[in-house]
Amino acid sequence: MGADVLAVLPELTLLVGAVVCLLLGSWTPRGRQHRVGVVAALASLAGAGFAVVGLMDGPTSAFSGTIAIDEATGVLRLVITLALLILLVLARGEIAHHPRESEVYVLLLLGADGVLLLGAATDLAVLVVAFLLASIPLYGLVGLSAGKAAPEAALKTYLVGALSGILMMLGASVLFGLIGSTAYSDLDGGLSSAPSAAAVAGVVLLLTGLLFKAGAVPAHFWVPDAVQGSWITSAAFLTTVPKLGAVLAVARLLDYLPSENHWVLLVAGLAAVSMTVGNLAALTQDDVRRLLAWSTISQVGYLLAVAASVTRTDQALPTLMLFVAGYAVTNLACFAVLAAEPDRLRIDQWRGLARRRPVLVASLGVGLLGLVGTPPTAVFVAKLLTITVTWEADLQWLAVLVALNTVLSLAYYLRWLAACLSSPDGAEPRGNDDSSALTAPRTAAAPVAAVCAVAAVVLGVVAGPVLALVG
Amino acid sequence: MLSLLVFLPAVAAALLLLPGVSDRWARWCFVGVTALETALVVAMWVGYESPGSGELAYAQQRPWIPGIGASYHVGLDGLSLPLVAMTCVIFAACAVFALAESSRPRQQAVLFLALMTTCLGLFAAADLVLFFVFFDLSIVGMYLSINGWGHGERRRSALMFFLYTFLGSLALLLGFVGLYVASAPHTFDMVALAADPPLQGSGTTGVAVLGAVLLGLAVKTPTVPFHTWLPPAHTDAPAIGSAVLAGVMLKMGTYGFVRIAMPMFPDAWRDWAPVLIVVGIVSVLWGALVALAQTDLKRMIAYTSVNHMGYILIGLGAAGLLGDGSAATDEARRTAISGAVTQMVSHGLLTGALFLLAGVVWARHQDYGLDRYGGLASKAPQFATLFVLAALGSLGLPGLSGFVAELQIFAGGIATAPVVAVALLGILLMTAVMLRAVQSLLTGPVDGLSSDFTDVRTREWVPVAGLLALSVLIGLAPSFLLDVIEPAAQSVAALVGR
Repeated sequence: MGADVLAVLPELTLLVGAVVCLLLGSWTPRGRQHRVGVVAALASLAGAGFAVVGLMDGPTSAFSGTIAIDEATGVLRLVITLALLILLVLARGEIAHHPRESEVYVLLLLGADGVLLLGAATDLAVLVVAFLLASIPLYGLVGLSAGKAAPEAALKTYLVGALSGILMMLGASVLFGLIGSTAYSDLDGGLSSAPSAAAVAGVVLLLTGLLFKAGAVPAHFWVPDAVQGSWITSAAFLTTVPKLGAVLAVARLLDYLPSENHWVLLVAGLAAVSMTVGNLAALTQDDVRRLLAWSTISQVGYLLAVAASVTRTDQALPTLMLFVAGYAVTNLACFAVLAAEPDRLRIDQWRGLARRRPVLVASLGVGLLGLVGTPPTAVFVAKLLTITVTWEADLQWLAVLVALNTVLSLAYYLRWLAACLSSPDGAEPRGNDDSSALTAPRTAAAPVAAVCAVAAVVLGVVAGPVLALVG
Repeated sequence: MLSLLVFLPAVAAALLLLPGVSDRWARWCFVGVTALETALVVAMWVGYESPGSGELAYAQQRPWIPGIGASYHVGLDGLSLPLVAMTCVIFAACAVFALAESSRPRQQAVLFLALMTTCLGLFAAADLVLFFVFFDLSIVGMYLSINGWGHGERRRSALMFFLYTFLGSLALLLGFVGLYVASAPHTFDMVALAADPPLQGSGTTGVAVLGAVLLGLAVKTPTVPFHTWLPPAHTDAPAIGSAVLAGVMLKMGTYGFVRIAMPMFPDAWRDWAPVLIVVGIVSVLWGALVALAQTDLKRMIAYTSVNHMGYILIGLGAAGLLGDGSAATDEARRTAISGAVTQMVSHGLLTGALFLLAGVVWARHQDYGLDRYGGLASKAPQFATLFVLAALGSLGLPGLSGFVAELQIFAGGIATAPVVAVALLGILLMTAVMLRAVQSLLTGPVDGLSSDFTDVRTREWVPVAGLLALSVLIGLAPSFLLDVIEPAAQSVAALVGR
């Protein structure tokens, strides 16, 4: 038991951090709630430290094999705790002095904790618990947001989440009925003798919950509204952190399922639909928040494409983890840019920003071109590997689709970037420019964006060692 | 040494980004760095000894992503060295030409220095992933150049350029992955893949994968029917952007044919060869005919590029026809390849010069209309001299580099595939195109916008004259260039014949 507890030290650190923050927040005057944020940041930092220690210890499992502590879990822990640090800095700029400031920190920690568990779970029951732990803070984060659209966004998120959660539990129950156990390791043997219709129903229902967390088609409807309606911090959180754990969970599930073609095709099909739908919908968006939201839906499609190949090639899991890290840092760079210019909502409001804030636009450029997969950013290496592993996994059509979707996505990412680079037209009211300058850009967001952009490039250049870490 | 050559401009670009660098400094730094690069490449040329087949001079290899067999591997041979040298010369010419740039000169210098690194890196790359990285980055750089310093419908043209060439680049990537997956052990290393082509004898798979690679390269080159992005991109690009785009970046496509497509897919290349020859002939004729119909000087030059790239495709396609396998045929194939590589260098120099001259015209009156000018020969004699020389070179007059290149292509091409003779008509058409431009710009009474046309300034004629001097040098004494190219052409011909 002691060893088990030590093995999940990063998760435990976040949990304890959340509890401490909750208590501390109740005893702290509203004006000084930022110290709660400092505690939360320390907890994430400690979590990251323990994640590194865990990575060095080598693979193991905890709590009777219900949680896998392998390299993938280790990388996930590291990525999520570091992402959490970035998010806490963004939160500090955006929600300082809000009545619920400390609660936001608590929810961020708890939500991330749930996602960590989701990615590490190798047991149906733990997976369901992790889903709940990851989802409920999310509803809170969206609902607490100050915007006018927040209540609608929260309701939508909650309804889709609750529905997919119930379906997921149903799926877990069906699978439990079929295999007589909740352990993933029994799936292979149990399902090969089970009626295939029931097995498919169980797995599909279970996947629904994971797709909700991943924000993938068909459980994606909440993403654009939630991103548009909530704080940028919350939006950045919900489009980054849960996806990472969810795709890893999908990959793990697939790995344990019987090695039959239709499971791979199921995930590959979901990946194909997700990337295509996300890109097509993003093409028509004028609101940059919705544009980014749809872009994350398409990105999760690429991630799922890697997950689909996980049983067929050894290179897929390292690729997935590199993609997870690259996606997280690149996506956060884009959202940090949004946080630095929170009043520019429509694409045409970004016109001419390159002249006024060149560094910020450069960060955005790296972020957006990074999401496309332009070298030498991390997502480029990840996408190159994605095409490679899907091809090797005999899913050539998916590899072609990834390439085609990448071209498609370029159209809308460039539309935004081109607006920033263009000279401000007469069409833009000058007064608007001045007023946005007066609303004091968040000081920390622009540096955060720059740091994330640099990290996205560095991660691409040193992709070799990162891959070797998991491979 | 080679890595220094490749990355020195990028380092200079990063330093220019430091706050407090004045515009004047940036302009001269741009000139200084490109001059230094040219000096470096001359030194490398002097020290160059032809490596054996399948070997590279100045090679360097460092592990990069060992998990997928991708490494930082660069090196030069007779195919890449001439193009690397040409790149340095063209950028140096552009740097001098840009000395008078008034719109954000510092940013422009940064952008072009970074672009120079991507162009040099691409020609030096001996790893497919590295090649692709530079290929894509060059697209981003050129996009920013057209978008930031172009004129007219620059945003639209820049976007079209980006989307079109990016689509091509992804087709290329798919092809690379196809090669990688088929190779055993898996690798992206060009030298290894050329030594042991993984898809050799795989029938339709090889043909399909090569098809993806060819599509990517054909968009970049561009050949008919994938050329439609080129005229708008050129028309709206700044003068030095056009010079780099036409002079250097179009060669990325044609270079890909000789460097990647031919050695790595020998039998599939032979299957594709008839198609490539036909596409080449159509590009030659179509490019020349459409150029003949243009009233816009820059669009006209852009279409002549389509024509010139067609010759390259003809030469390389002809090299894929083995014929009876006799020594005479092999000799013809080698000549055709050598001509194609010479044409890449020659076109870079001549079209670079033509676009810079078009930039001179634009700088005077912001108008490219051929019929808006007349009688410039008396108004601006130096301009007229340079323009006539560049135009004559472009149509393939003996004594300039274009003739050396086209002579080899036709000598080799007609010997292996007599149908290539049809493309000779293209030379005739090009003569008409160029003479028409010379006539309408330079001759006749001084009218229209010509009346206050000032002649070329020092920083305008020096770079153009430099490019043309090199072209004349190659035209009169081509041996220094051909001695470098021929061994490499020989080995490519042998590789395709496997």
